[in-house]
Amino acid sequence: MITTDILIIGAGPTGLFTIFEAGLLKLKCHLIDALPQPGGQCSEIYPKKPIYDIPAYPEILAGDLTDKLLEQTKQFEPGFTLGERAETIDKQDDGTFIVTTNKGTKHHAKIVAIAGGLGSFEPRKPKIENLEKFEDNGVEYIIKEPELYRDKKVVISGGGDSALDWAIFLSDVASEVTLIHRRNEFRGALDSVEKAQELKNLGKINIITPAEVKGILGTDKVTGVAVEKKGEDAFIIDTDHFIPLFGLSPKLGPIGNWGLEIEKNAIKVNNALDYQTNIPGVYAIGDVNTYPGKLKLILCGFHEATLMCQSAYKRIFPDKKYVMKYTTVGGVEGFDGTKKEAPKAVVKAIQ
Amino acid sequence: MQDINIKITDRNGVTHDVVAPTDMAMNLMEVVRSYELAEEGTIGICGGAAMCASCQCYIESDHQLPEMSDDEDAMLAEAFDVEDNSRLGCQIQMTPEINGLEVVLAPES
Repeated sequence: MITTDILIIGAGPTGLFTIFEAGLLKLKCHLIDALPQPGGQCSEIYPKKPIYDIPAYPEILAGDLTDKLLEQTKQFEPGFTLGERAETIDKQDDGTFIVTTNKGTKHHAKIVAIAGGLGSFEPRKPKIENLEKFEDNGVEYIIKEPELYRDKKVVISGGGDSALDWAIFLSDVASEVTLIHRRNEFRGALDSVEKAQELKNLGKINIITPAEVKGILGTDKVTGVAVEKKGEDAFIIDTDHFIPLFGLSPKLGPIGNWGLEIEKNAIKVNNALDYQTNIPGVYAIGDVNTYPGKLKLILCGFHEATLMCQSAYKRIFPDKKYVMKYTTVGGVEGFDGTKKEAPKAVVKAIQ
Repeated sequence: MQDINIKITDRNGVTHDVVAPTDMAMNLMEVVRSYELAEEGTIGICGGAAMCASCQCYIESDHQLPEMSDDEDAMLAEAFDVEDNSRLGCQIQMTPEINGLEVVLAPES
């Protein structure tokens, strides 16, 4: 069991800055993120895009902002559970929480801060009747074990890099690979498009365009897909697996089932006070929350994280009085004993 | 300053005549949000970066729109309910040239 003072769900800019603000109060943080690296959207989706409204940075690349936030938090030794999604929350009798991920990792925390941004990024699912019934029974949105497809028939749907790359890869593994795309053009790297063309010419991949998978056949497991090709009658392709690869889309995910008050796909918080949710001890900060006048800006997430940490401190230490100190006065003391402080040398003695 | 008129048909099939400013650097997705023509949390989810297709719309009039960027084209290649006249609302800036534009919001994805 991982134990911490504040468990942060979401390792985007707001979650990362929370580590620093909590650290100033001597509170330890641990972060959970469904993505395999910290940084949230900034590092996953647009690391090379410039951001112009971070104070003191006329322009900074999203990926660089993440790197600098990580550097700023290093002295507070945060823990990370990456590539796992926070699934359930259980309030304990003493007011603390146990949060368990989809892979069963348990985290025990005094405070939970949800900084989930737009939510976790989940595979975009095509609108096909009964699709969910076949999930893990022949329908997969992510290829985790390529060996699963050894000598099997596979139909891949999609026109981006992942659809092309997996069609190419599985052409050496599966007994039959069919790639179906709604357009005649593929939006992948030129190398991949050319390789797919070459494999098609060699008869190692079937490519059907412009076409869409409209139905799934089978009782318990997938046995085929129904395909509609423009200008032709619908037809069936026998297959063992159907792999729709249409990118990722943000969803609130399991957090939506935690008993939190949700409004307009975001978590309602008390912004007049401390960004606490309707569950005492659970806060929501950054893009994932909502309140009158809410602005979804990284800047606002930083502010919310700061106020939230002050409230968390009072909740953890109700009898201790905390006096806010400016870092210019008190410096920054890391958990490892390091201290950053402005020099206070006497330059002239009083006679 | 010049305001323009746009006809937006929402996801319930209701057409709204809206007035949009051209001097506030707004795009069509933001206009839809300002007039609350789609439920909050269902449009402009990515913030207008052509990364989610939640603001996809069908262009019904024959206005000359700016050419599609690679990002927009790539997103529409992966999105659902895409038609030949599909565009992302977040990539359509409010300019005097599109006065009278008629669009239909694509189904929620």
